[in-house]
Formats: sequence, C-alpha cells, structure tokens
Amino acid sequence: MISVSEKFYFYYFYHVFKHYFSIQQIGIMSKVKVTLKVNGDLYEAAVNQSKTLVEVLREDLQLVGTKIGCQTGDCGACTILLNGKSVCSCLTLAIEAQNKEITTIEGIAKSGEELHIIQEAFVNEGAIQCGYCTPGMVMSAKHLLDKNTTPTELEIRQALSGNLCRCTGYARIVKAVQVASEKINQSVTEK
Amino acid sequence: MSIRNFTYLEPKTLKEALSMHAEHGTKSNILAGGTDLLIKLRHHSIQPDFIIGLNSIPKIDYIKLQDGELAIGTMAKLSAIVENTEIINHFPALAHAASVTATVQIRNMGTLIGNICNASPSADNATPLLVYDAKVVILNNVENREINLDKFFTGPGKTVLEQGEIVKEFLIPIPSKLTGSSYQKVSTRSKVDIAGVCVSALISLDKDGKITKARIALGAVAPTPIRVYKAEEILIGKIPGIEIFSEAAKIAKEESSPISDMRSSADYRKAMVEVLTLRALNESLESAKKK
Ligand code: FES
Ligand code: FES
Repeated sequence: MISVSEKFYFYYFYHVFKHYFSIQQIGIMSKVKVTLKVNGDLYEAAVNQSKTLVEVLREDLQLVGTKIGCQTGDCGACTILLNGKSVCSCLTLAIEAQNKEITTIEGIAKSGEELHIIQEAFVNEGAIQCGYCTPGMVMSAKHLLDKNTTPTELEIRQALSGNLCRCTGYARIVKAVQVASEKINQSVTEK
Repeated sequence: MSIRNFTYLEPKTLKEALSMHAEHGTKSNILAGGTDLLIKLRHHSIQPDFIIGLNSIPKIDYIKLQDGELAIGTMAKLSAIVENTEIINHFPALAHAASVTATVQIRNMGTLIGNICNASPSADNATPLLVYDAKVVILNNVENREINLDKFFTGPGKTVLEQGEIVKEFLIPIPSKLTGSSYQKVSTRSKVDIAGVCVSALISLDKDGKITKARIALGAVAPTPIRVYKAEEILIGKIPGIEIFSEAAKIAKEESSPISDMRSSADYRKAMVEVLTLRALNESLESAKKK
C-alpha cells in the first residue's frame, strides 16, 4: 500500500518535474541544443537538426532583420556573413554554423541607435522601396566593401548579382554602394 | 515546405565519414557546401534519416601543388578556386568558370567537387576540368580508386560513384609550357544562371607552332558534359588557323545533342556550340602563343 505521504510526494514530484519531462521528450525527437555566436553575442536554442540558420535566427532568436525569400539560394534576401563571408542562411543548417562568427543586419551598425555607412547611403539615395531585399543587399555590399573599398560600377553589380530586387531597378542601389564606398574612403583618410 | 527532420552526424575524418556512410547506406547523404543538397531536402526530392556533414573535418579544403599536379581537396570552395594564384596561372579556364558559377554567396558556400558530383549536364566547372585532364580520386571502404573525369559522368545527375563512396580530391596535371586554354558561356540571367551552353578548349603547341595537344569540352548540350574527341583529333599536328578551327567547331556542333528547355532551344544551343568552340579555340591559341 502507498501511504498518504508517499502519494503526496508522487504528486509533488510530478508537478515539479513535468515541465522537465516534456522537454526531454522533445529531445528524444532529435531536437538538439545549438550555440550560435551572432553579432558577438552567444545564443542557445533547442532546435530540430534540420532547421536552417535563417529559420533559427528569425523564429528562435527573434532576429527578424534577415529575410526569407526563395529558400533556394536564388534571391539573396537571407544573406548574412559567416566568418566574414556572405552566404545564404537559407542553405546553411543552424547546426553547421556553430563555432563561427555570424553577422546579421542587426549587427553591422556600431550601436543599435545609429546606422552603418552603407545603411545610411541606402536611405539617403532612395535605394529602398518596399525594403524586403535591403538587408540582404546591405550584407552583400558589406562583403564587397570589406574586401574592396574602391569597387567599379561593374564590380558592384557583380557583387550584388546574387541579390534580387523587385522594386528599385537597381540603379539607386548601385549608387548607394558607390556613395558608401566614397564615405568609407573619406573616413579612412580623415583618420 | 519545411525540411523533414534528420540526425546530423559530424565525422572528424574522411575515414569516419566513409564508415558512417557505409553503416547508414541509402538512408544517409553527404553534406559538403549544401547549396544543392539543401534545395533537394527542401523539395523533399530526397528524405534521408542521416546527414553526414563534412564541415568539421580539418584540412580537406586544400588547393596545393604536388609532383607536377594540382590537388584540390573535397571541401575547397568555389570562391577559393577563383582566387587561387596557381589556378589563375596554370588553369585560367577553371578560374574563369568558377568565377561565373552562380552568385557570390553560392561560391562562398559551394565546393568545386560537389558541383561536379551533382553531375548536372550544365555544371559550369566540368568542361574546364575535362580539358585539363582532371582525375577523380574516390575513397571507399575496400580500396581507393582513381578515374579520369571523362569516364566519371554516366547521365544527368549520375556518376560512377557507388553507394558509400566519397570523392577525396581532384588531381590535375600542370599543362606544358606552350599551352593556352579558354572557357566560354552563354546564359540568360547573365553570370548568375546555370549555363545555357558552355565550351572549354585547350591547345598545346610545339616549338614549330604545330598543335601537339587539343581538347574541346561541351556543357549543357548532351546528357553529360562531353569531350569532342573527333574534333580534337583533326587538330593534332596542324598549324593552327581559322580554317581548321572552323572545321573543329563544325564537328563540335554535330557531336552535340542538346534538348530544348526553359533556358534555350535545341537549335540555338547547337548554333552556340559552333560559335563558342571557335571563340574558345582562338582564345586558347592566343594565350598559348603568349607563353
Ligand atoms: S531565401 Fe535564401 S537566397 Fe532566397
Ligand atoms: S526594395 Fe522592394 S525588393 Fe528591393
């Protein structure tokens, strides 16, 4: 026979640990803990192993600046930097991005308040209409300008050829990158 | 459509990857750059229970000279191919093809070997590798084997790779001094798109200016990337010139068997084979003379 006090303990343990048990069950269905370093901050999330980086950024880390378009590597809306190189976060598994430096649109301005030179140029040059392609465009532009601060128009167009925009017709985007590159060079010579 | 869940395996050596692949058989797929695999997973055209990621294996992304050959490791990215000075110097057609493969983002992710193993009839990088006589080094659990790239493709999306095998590297012999090569492509979304037609050529000259070696390879105009042996043969021993090149280009056109699809019509492709072959041969000759 189970005594009253034993019953109480069962009941007590059940309630204290039921949350824990349910998490464990999901764990058995092959969710894993991933640790991601995004814009210098460490994040942890329990996710399906099949989850892509952009899904985890948006759904688990609430970093919704990075956009999802085609999910097949064609549109560039999901572009982020992985160890400084631009990649499609829709074709990268979150689990693969561990132990790497991830930079998203949220992390390129020095503080959350001001804008990065490239973002500022996009705003000032009217390179943003609906804005859906913009985070990806800015990340591709950053990847270019990190390597080459004086790109030609052709080099800019080639560097952005993996990013589609349905609104602007690209001319103003190219102009914005040119303006940003001039600004970057100015700030270098001023120093 | 979300990707069906799987277990991600992370081998630390190629050997470990091989035994995982052998253990899980058809239930597993190898993940290198992921630019093709993730699309297949997303469209549920493959539904593996295990994904074997090569990402954490150290030192398999090499591009290095050894014994007169260039060795390209299985995880060498397309962007690394574009920037490598040995490749720019000795294998300019490959550097060119890699530089116009897909987009910046895809080149930063995708591997050269993955691009070839997917065996798309149009794979941009297959034709330069064919003209440079690349060899494929294949690992399996029994004994490793080496095979010439022109024997590697068996059909659209199909290669001689058997279940459980992994490509370790490509070996490409350094061409002789008086050699020139060229890559030519037409496609609709300019550089980004998969090639509508692509052609690579290679010409080696002797001291008297005669052709000692010729290679012509076509992409996107047959079920697999192909060499045009007949056209290559007629060039051997000849003094290069517009007439003999035109003849070779005509043969290339006849040997091609393109289909019509959303990228181009068959007739257009055939016409382009001739034009691009001629261009590729001329450019190869020019650069051979410069050396
Ligand atoms: S969503 Fe990644 S490239 Fe379109
Ligand atoms: S601003 Fe709308 S897609 Fe580019």
